[in-house]
Amino acid sequence: MTKAILIDTTLCTACRACQVACKQWHDLPAEQTTNVGSFQNPQDLSDRTYKLVRMTETVIENRLKWLFFPDQCRHCLDAPCLSMAVDESAIYRDDLTGAILYTRNTRHLDPEEINVSCPYDIPRAGNDGIIAKCDFCNDRIHNGLKPACVTACPTGAMQFGDREDILSMADDRLKRVRKKFPGASLLNPDEVSVIYLVAFDPSVYSDYAVAQAHQGRGGISRSVALRKMIGPLARMMHIG
Amino acid sequence: MTNHWIDLKNSDCILIMGSNAAENHPISFKYVTQAMENGATLINVDPRFTRTSARADIYTALRSGTDIAFLGGMIKYILDNNLYNHEYTAEYTNAGFIVGKAFGFNDGLFSGYKKNEEGPSMGSYDKSTWAFEMDADGVPKIDRTLKHDRCVFQLMKKHYERYDLETVSRITGTSKQDLLTVYKTYSATGKKGQAGTIMYAMGWTQHTVGTQMIRTMAMIQLMLGNMGVAGGGVNALRGESNVQGSTDHCLLWHIWPGYLKIPQSSNDSLDAYNKAYTPVSKDPLSANWWQNYPRYSVSLLKAFFGEAATRDNQFGYNWLPKVDDGKVYSWFDLFDAMYKGNIKGFFAWGQNPACSGSNASKIREALGKLDWMVNTNIFDNETGSFWKGPGMDPSKIGTEVFMLPAAVSVEKEGSITNSGRWMQWRYQGPRPLGNSMPDGDIIMRLGHKIKELYQSSGEFADPIINLKWDYETHGEFDAHKAAKAINGTFTQDTTIKDKVYKKGALVPSFALLQADGSTASGNWLYCNSYTEKGNMAARRSDKDAPNNIGLYPEFAWCWPVNRRIIYNRASVDLKGQPWDEKDWVIRYQGQVDDGKYVSGKWVGDVPDGGWSPMQNPDGTRRTDTKHPFIMRKHGHGQIFGPGRADGPFPEHYEPLECPVEKNYLSSVMVNPTAVVYSTKADAHATYDPRFPFVGTTYRVSEHWQTGLMTRPQEWLMELQPSMFVEMSEELAKLRGIRNGERVKVASIRGALEATAIVTKRFKPFKIGPDTVHEIGIPWHFGWRWPETGTEETANLLTPPAGDPNTRIPETKAFMVNVTKL
Repeated sequence: MTKAILIDTTLCTACRACQVACKQWHDLPAEQTTNVGSFQNPQDLSDRTYKLVRMTETVIENRLKWLFFPDQCRHCLDAPCLSMAVDESAIYRDDLTGAILYTRNTRHLDPEEINVSCPYDIPRAGNDGIIAKCDFCNDRIHNGLKPACVTACPTGAMQFGDREDILSMADDRLKRVRKKFPGASLLNPDEVSVIYLVAFDPSVYSDYAVAQAHQGRGGISRSVALRKMIGPLARMMHIG
Repeated sequence: MTNHWIDLKNSDCILIMGSNAAENHPISFKYVTQAMENGATLINVDPRFTRTSARADIYTALRSGTDIAFLGGMIKYILDNNLYNHEYTAEYTNAGFIVGKAFGFNDGLFSGYKKNEEGPSMGSYDKSTWAFEMDADGVPKIDRTLKHDRCVFQLMKKHYERYDLETVSRITGTSKQDLLTVYKTYSATGKKGQAGTIMYAMGWTQHTVGTQMIRTMAMIQLMLGNMGVAGGGVNALRGESNVQGSTDHCLLWHIWPGYLKIPQSSNDSLDAYNKAYTPVSKDPLSANWWQNYPRYSVSLLKAFFGEAATRDNQFGYNWLPKVDDGKVYSWFDLFDAMYKGNIKGFFAWGQNPACSGSNASKIREALGKLDWMVNTNIFDNETGSFWKGPGMDPSKIGTEVFMLPAAVSVEKEGSITNSGRWMQWRYQGPRPLGNSMPDGDIIMRLGHKIKELYQSSGEFADPIINLKWDYETHGEFDAHKAAKAINGTFTQDTTIKDKVYKKGALVPSFALLQADGSTASGNWLYCNSYTEKGNMAARRSDKDAPNNIGLYPEFAWCWPVNRRIIYNRASVDLKGQPWDEKDWVIRYQGQVDDGKYVSGKWVGDVPDGGWSPMQNPDGTRRTDTKHPFIMRKHGHGQIFGPGRADGPFPEHYEPLECPVEKNYLSSVMVNPTAVVYSTKADAHATYDPRFPFVGTTYRVSEHWQTGLMTRPQEWLMELQPSMFVEMSEELAKLRGIRNGERVKVASIRGALEATAIVTKRFKPFKIGPDTVHEIGIPWHFGWRWPETGTEETANLLTPPAGDPNTRIPETKAFMVNVTKL
């Protein structure tokens, strides 16, 4: 049975314990940030920031909302980055947990390609060319622990468990949350292992809250376009 | 907290006002969330939309410093709409007490006011004019129908008649519609079986009317029957993990451990001292628990001086220092004295006054007038390094500074007491690094050295030489020995109710403490925490009490006597049955014969005294009972509070620095008993065009206190890297400020740089005819770190004014200007 995380954003207080717990478990260095006029920091994910609480101020139906979205890799069931890489020594899936894992060998991949393949805009390369992102705390899971972010969450906004249990919990939560927020939805629950519950239009929380085809960080290149086209084929060949 | 953290989950309506629980007490939201999942409504009132507001069902803003007007309006609403719990209000509160004819209130002043010619206190009241009328036996006259025109209930009604929606809205800037929504929602908890709770913190305490803000809410809680019940109470979210413990153990100048009073010079003998502070009630139905005062004070002296404390030497009472009558020694006053050159030596122990004290520039200047300072802390800070700080010339500063490196909390064994009064034992993790030491060891060594020096010479050496100083094992501080001394021991073989307690045995409960020297106890309130059964604070059972409301009575220990919800005898009706059948706290299980209880016992939480209920099942009154508020002299919850410095009813006054020309409720502008300092370093400016915006200070999740522990932590600095100022889009437009740009924030006392966060979460207020802007700044920064030295503390701007009851500074409402750099 693979694992899953439910992130119920209606319970998140943006305390950002998850963001720090992630850095602590992975021993990731801090980024030199500046305050750009927002509580959100850093401004984006990076090879040293796998988890980031995105914060958005917006007015919905004449009421001010401050929306919090703890962004991270979704660990797709059918991961496009994995298909794109076609190199098990760089990107592979742990079939026991469902974690999509990146190794140092990602330095041989085209980071632009891998990023653009991700419908959630997650993977980032460092200066050393190694591509990095959330690893589902796979080492913790194999040792009977929950992911660091889930453990640190004070409100229960993040839940971890067997996929089936989390899916049923997600359905229950959605029913409850809809009583207060009729427009609430689960984001791509059938496609990912990290399932978000949001109260409003997901695009308000983050451009990539739901799966989006995108142009990448420097526009789409010809080779990327080509890879995108043949990706599914390549993957089939790989499985075969 | 009268209740405790887990108990928040039992609430039906949570009001978060004067605190920002989601950001500053993140774990509390575990229980707030549980309450909401069970259908509770969350209301948040705050000048600024915060991460707490983001989760609230109802959010509205008010101008900083106007909470009494806001809540006074709620009192009027509750009375006008008859929403209070009638039985509770009449029977358990002093609503029916008749106030003497001398009491009056006119245009913002209560009877008995006298202006002070010399500061810092602006004035004081002769409180004898607020006294209750007594019958021939010396028992207060009570009209439980609440109709007498001088009863507290009627006086309260008259007092808050003026707090109509129109006036309240004009003062607070909150719309009438929003006021009504909050009033209606919260007042619904006056129904039997419904519980409302308040979570407040420094947003209420840090005002010149801070104590009265909390009292206004306490009055509401009493009227709605929310005191003593599960999911109710008045809950102070303390600002540090162990600030409750430090208060209980007398960190403050005016109390001894367990809230005993500091002796004054006129209390010239132990008998005089005990007589002055032991209340006397003539009402046979009043437990008047403080009548036990001498048992606690004598036991404390025995703990201080051990065998040397004898009846003949008044148990060492005269060895203790006394404060001068009428003189105040609060934080403000100490630094005022230091500034004036009257204090020459200073231990800054686990604190950072150069950043944490209001009007911090004055404090920094004061530190330069010392001969010596010892800075005991885990890191160097702005206090220890004040002499090389901004604007300082080290060659002109004579203060010699010593640094004593202290161990961090996880390197020490001992207890902390959390906001919910839970004393929780912690084991030692790693040993302290380098030459750092636990505070216990530092103070033990210091004590030994001082004793050694006094053995040979020194004025009035007796107190030092006779001080019991034996809390070590193998030369190291032993937290267990200290904890046992705090709990207390029998000093001789003692027989109480046919039971023999051996000399040296731990006292099982404060009910057994004695005034004859046969017991010693370092803090009566903690007696029961470390007994012959073991260290109660170290217990970790997850078994709940029979009422299943999350009391977990065998997890840690809580004062008093492990009572998890205090005033819980008010959670039941007169017959001892809970107002709330579902989330009951205690209930009386009695054998009934002919409509009368003939025997019985309380079940659930530890009751506030084991007396039988006030009435029998047939409604007849019992005589073997006590009123439920046992710590009050007359046994009743105090809607009328004649003990406060600034009046028996809370009244709205403007902050010392405010944006309005007049107080819309009276011609008295500022709390007439506020404390205001007046050296040349103590300027203030009110309704002054140079400082047109309201300023307030607060914390963020990502930093802690003055940032000493969090600013060197890179993962936290990544989240909140610098000093910032939050302001509305409207104000930014007015000043031509762009989001993210560095700006100057100034008050009449100082200025600092900050990054502008232009946000929809602040909105201008409509106050009378004026538009009033408010800005907010965090107080976690200081020049010492980050290395740029540009990020300074908010307390350079905050005012030299405080609450008359507590002298807590008014750092939540003052006036500033914001300009482009």
